[in-house]
Amino acid sequence: MRPVAVIGAGKTPFGAFPDLDLRSLAVQAGERCLANGHVTPAQIESFYLGNFAGPAFVGQNHLAPYVSMALGIKGVPATRVEAACASSGSAFFHAWTEVAAGVYDLVMVVGVEKMTSQTTARTTEILASAGDLTGEIRAGSTFPSLFAMIARRHMHDFGTKREHLAAVAVKNHAAGALNPDAHMRKVITVEQALAGKPVADPLNLYDCSLISDGAAAVILAPLERAAEFTDKPVRVLGIGQASDYVALDQKEDITTFPAVRRAGETAYRMAKAGPDDIEFAELHDCFTIAEIIASEDLGFVKRGCGGPYAMEGHTSLKGSRPVNASGGLKSKGHPVGATGVAQIYDLVQQIRCEAGPRQLARHSLALAQNLGGSGATCVVSILGAA
Amino acid sequence: MRTGTVYTETMIHLAAEAFASEAPFQTAIVSFEGGGRVTGRILGDRVAIGDRVAEVELRDGVPFFRKTE
Repeated sequence: MRPVAVIGAGKTPFGAFPDLDLRSLAVQAGERCLANGHVTPAQIESFYLGNFAGPAFVGQNHLAPYVSMALGIKGVPATRVEAACASSGSAFFHAWTEVAAGVYDLVMVVGVEKMTSQTTARTTEILASAGDLTGEIRAGSTFPSLFAMIARRHMHDFGTKREHLAAVAVKNHAAGALNPDAHMRKVITVEQALAGKPVADPLNLYDCSLISDGAAAVILAPLERAAEFTDKPVRVLGIGQASDYVALDQKEDITTFPAVRRAGETAYRMAKAGPDDIEFAELHDCFTIAEIIASEDLGFVKRGCGGPYAMEGHTSLKGSRPVNASGGLKSKGHPVGATGVAQIYDLVQQIRCEAGPRQLARHSLALAQNLGGSGATCVVSILGAA
Repeated sequence: MRTGTVYTETMIHLAAEAFASEAPFQTAIVSFEGGGRVTGRILGDRVAIGDRVAEVELRDGVPFFRKTE
């Protein structure tokens, strides 16, 4: 396998953009990425699009060539990857395999979702199609309700409290307020986080990530060619993707995600690193409880202790290992198909020391964790300065 | 009539479009006595983890449970 580097990265702001359709968002991120990597469209040899539900949200299918041709990337393999909220993390994984295996040199990955043209009730229904429609969803489950059941059991088994969940929301909003591209740049208090409108007990509105429009893009290349394009290449040191049951009720223990642990172990082994080496991370906080469990499954803290770990400040911007310095899905926003690549973008920005007021002091080795559904897909990537 | 124990539960306030008129309602993952789990709906009294429940009806393949004690 060849060492692989990210040589270019770009994204749109995340938010509600009534004037931008899916393709315009994807093209905007793609063009910024090409410019950032000093790459012309004709140099791209393979193209991946991460997208969860374009066909349901906007009615358009056949999305990969629909976007790549609009970017002027003509004739090359153009492949859409769907893995619920891990769609573009998975697209990134598959793009990496092509470059690492020596099949292609320059591979572009774009992640995109256009969500805000639907009502919240319809969006909730579209998102629920990432669960098992023959069981849990037919019973009326929504994604917030699946994670609410996870939170309830985590509280029962480990004593996790509502205050711990609120601490994650407060922390991520504080970081997101410093991110000019974030959807909701609003500092919130613990009192506000505890008093949010109920969604699915014990989760309220402040435990849930945002419904957003947005896109993000990166270009991968063999490390040996990186200097042709950038003086700030970022190495992909380790990466793993893993899978598990789609239905939550099939899992033996819902307070841990086997796919996260497995993807993490693969990535750590490849990077020859362990949890203690990771200086900062972007963890998939689709719901506050998901960040808490991810910090446990990836070995940042002992099983069951993720709540107190967040509340004690270890994961804040000034903590020992900041988590979601971008604001996370909670504040930055969660256009689901864009999230995996946006996390990579956020790591690249920090590693290149280009994160402005939220720039972290230690920024040379980082991890991104992208989760699909209630844990059926997970992609973990470890990036570092080249 | 299948009986089991509540493994986890939630009260849904914000439902998907198809269920919006029924909210709020409670769903639970129930562990059956003989093994296996299922996601179903709760009728009547609100349940908590560890409560014993019995299946009282099956609507369109969805089991509905009620607290037994």
